[in-house]
Amino acid sequence: MENEKPHIIPYRTFLLVLATLITLTLISVSVTQIYLGTLTVFIALLIAAIKSSFVLQIFMHLKFENKMLKFMAIAVILIICLVIFITLLDYLYR
Amino acid sequence: MDIHRDDLASKTGMWLFLFTEMLLFGGLFVVYSVYRFRNVQAFHLAADELDVFIGTVNTIILLISSCTIAMSITALQRNNKKLSLLLLSITVILGLMFLFNKYIEWGDHFREHIYPGSPVLALRGQGDVLFYGLYFFMTGLHALHIIVGLGFIGFIMIYIFRDRVTHDNFVLLENSGLYWHLVDLIWIFLFPLFYLIT
Repeated sequence: MENEKPHIIPYRTFLLVLATLITLTLISVSVTQIYLGTLTVFIALLIAAIKSSFVLQIFMHLKFENKMLKFMAIAVILIICLVIFITLLDYLYR
Repeated sequence: MDIHRDDLASKTGMWLFLFTEMLLFGGLFVVYSVYRFRNVQAFHLAADELDVFIGTVNTIILLISSCTIAMSITALQRNNKKLSLLLLSITVILGLMFLFNKYIEWGDHFREHIYPGSPVLALRGQGDVLFYGLYFFMTGLHALHIIVGLGFIGFIMIYIFRDRVTHDNFVLLENSGLYWHLVDLIWIFLFPLFYLIT
């Protein structure tokens, strides 16, 4: 049996993460209303990346999971980023 | 009787499934980026037409629902069945609110004759057809995931009610939570891509 004692995250942590996520959403909405050109895209995606790391680590409990699961998650995210990067590279410099 | 149970394997299986979901949407993001590069102006104007307010409200609704389902796991782990069920009910209500807002939003588009295959949209050019095609497909696929997630959570609520998911056997609740968070995760990227970056 591999059912060890569960790791319980307190309600407070979840509420703090929620507050952070909502704040980040409002920041990204207000920042993108100002025209900053390509910087807008960069900021919007950077904030989205920060938000998703909070969701993955705390809400999805990844921070407290075993190494194998963490490794797999990072590998998948890297693959997606790599595919997007290579496709855009190919498209821009073909 | 000792029934074999392996929570770690159960959770790992769920994660493997979520990885395929991430790759599915990742592929769609690649399609979106390339088309955006090829139709900068059309995508810019079309994205400007989307209602940022309703998009922001929906984002916040989904974030809160993610928080409530995460808290319901803590509640169940602390053997507070009632609170866990209450938090799950809130999650379901928030999910339905999200779908209702989507219904309003899509309804407005349809009234303006903007839908896949619409002749009015075709007159506006290839860029608009591509933008709205991707918009309807990606937000639609996402909404489909919300519906599946709500069904999943509904089942788990029945299981908790009947004490088949309990404080010492909650991996199914965790898995439904993981699925719901993935839906939230995808929306975190869909929202800036369609609504904010104009």
